[in-house]
Amino acid sequence: MARTARHSAAARGVTMLVVEAKKQLGDFKLNASFTSESGATALFGPSGAGKTSIINMISGLLRPDSGRIVLDNDVLFDDGAHIDVPAAHRRIGYVFQEGRLFPHLSVRHNLDYGRWMSGYASDPGAFNHVVELLDIGHLLDRRPGRLSGGERQRVAVGRALLMRPRLLLLDEPLASLDVARKREILPYLERLRDEARVPLIYVSHNAAELRRIATRVVQLDAGTVITRGGIELLDAARADMLA
Amino acid sequence: MLDLSPQDWTAVALSLRVAAISTAVALPFGIAVAMLLARGSFWGKSVLDAVVHLPLVLPPVVTGYLLLISLGRKAPVGAFLADHFGIVFSFRWTGAAVACGVMAFPLMVRAIRLSLETIDRGLEDAAATLAANRFWIFITVTLPLALPGIIAGMMLAFARALGEFGATITFVSNIPGETQTISAAIYTLIQVPGGDVDALKLVFVSIVICFAALLASEWLARRATARLHGA
Repeated sequence: MARTARHSAAARGVTMLVVEAKKQLGDFKLNASFTSESGATALFGPSGAGKTSIINMISGLLRPDSGRIVLDNDVLFDDGAHIDVPAAHRRIGYVFQEGRLFPHLSVRHNLDYGRWMSGYASDPGAFNHVVELLDIGHLLDRRPGRLSGGERQRVAVGRALLMRPRLLLLDEPLASLDVARKREILPYLERLRDEARVPLIYVSHNAAELRRIATRVVQLDAGTVITRGGIELLDAARADMLA
Repeated sequence: MLDLSPQDWTAVALSLRVAAISTAVALPFGIAVAMLLARGSFWGKSVLDAVVHLPLVLPPVVTGYLLLISLGRKAPVGAFLADHFGIVFSFRWTGAAVACGVMAFPLMVRAIRLSLETIDRGLEDAAATLAANRFWIFITVTLPLALPGIIAGMMLAFARALGEFGATITFVSNIPGETQTISAAIYTLIQVPGGDVDALKLVFVSIVICFAALLASEWLARRATARLHGA
């Protein structure tokens, strides 16, 4: 039933994510409540605001204490109904801050990993499209240990895209890069938002970076959502420059 | 120099077979126990840890005797295995392999556990977001990343098995052609007047075997590590 509901939502071309999740992490109390749709939603806030914990809960890597997480009418977590879909079954792509490419596999095999695990047949069209979108064709036979930081993050984006996610989570994907590398990658992320047709949740504390990517902003502080709205919210945080 | 008697060659071949088979059979159990100790949190974990390490600290003759009174033909477990499966360990080379495997087990588990504990769990999380279930995460991420430690553990176990003496001779005695390994053969030769020349030859052979095993594992571990760090 959830399946049909999901397909009808997809047919309307609208992806809807509902997050109402609570989690106690030591002394830190996380209480996230927001919705997001297609486009790029920024989770914006200072370090330690709980941004990464929230997307870990969306991806299934961190279990909320209570609440609900629903994607396209497909309930991923609901403590009342005892539903907790494992991360492997959520079909939510995740680009980690440090890339987390598999060091023992070549770039090509990293890119193919999600397809293998999903049991999908080879799709050279989709593969080549993503490789072209991110301009990583010349890296395919290398191992992650021999990639630059920017190349590594582009491959990480490609790997997450090729598992055909319903939603793509990006956790400060540029945070470990210097200014020149950030400038190199931002255009790829803009293309991703405009061409890949996957809704994005983009976590960052950097307003300048988000202004280029985001279409909507959810602002967090100390584990709680303080405002939701358009990218004009970022202007209030103008002091935070592209570092 | 190396004009070994047929009986000595038999001892060398037997040692290699016992060491290789005990290492191979112990490996899956070693990985499973290392996984439990590195990742598990359950009641009795410290007890399991202690039991696994017991052969390392007990006198080998005690381990051998415990094997004899549990797996011997008249012992309950040994009789059951002999009656129902036709598996007999006492005074057979298979018993020598069991003794060597038990003695080598703690070393194998320690090496594998150490490498499991250094694995970045974040890579396993990444695999989970790429639709891999726990089984496939283990096969495609955890095991390959632990490979240098697994190789080191196999090497340690193999070397320990080659050198095993006390538990083996207590459990399965010292029968030429069946349970007489290199160590036991050397021991027998130096008990005999004028046997020390032959003993020295076997000593030389065992040094060569251990040296070759050490070099091979070093080379394999280096290749495995290089694979993990680019190149």
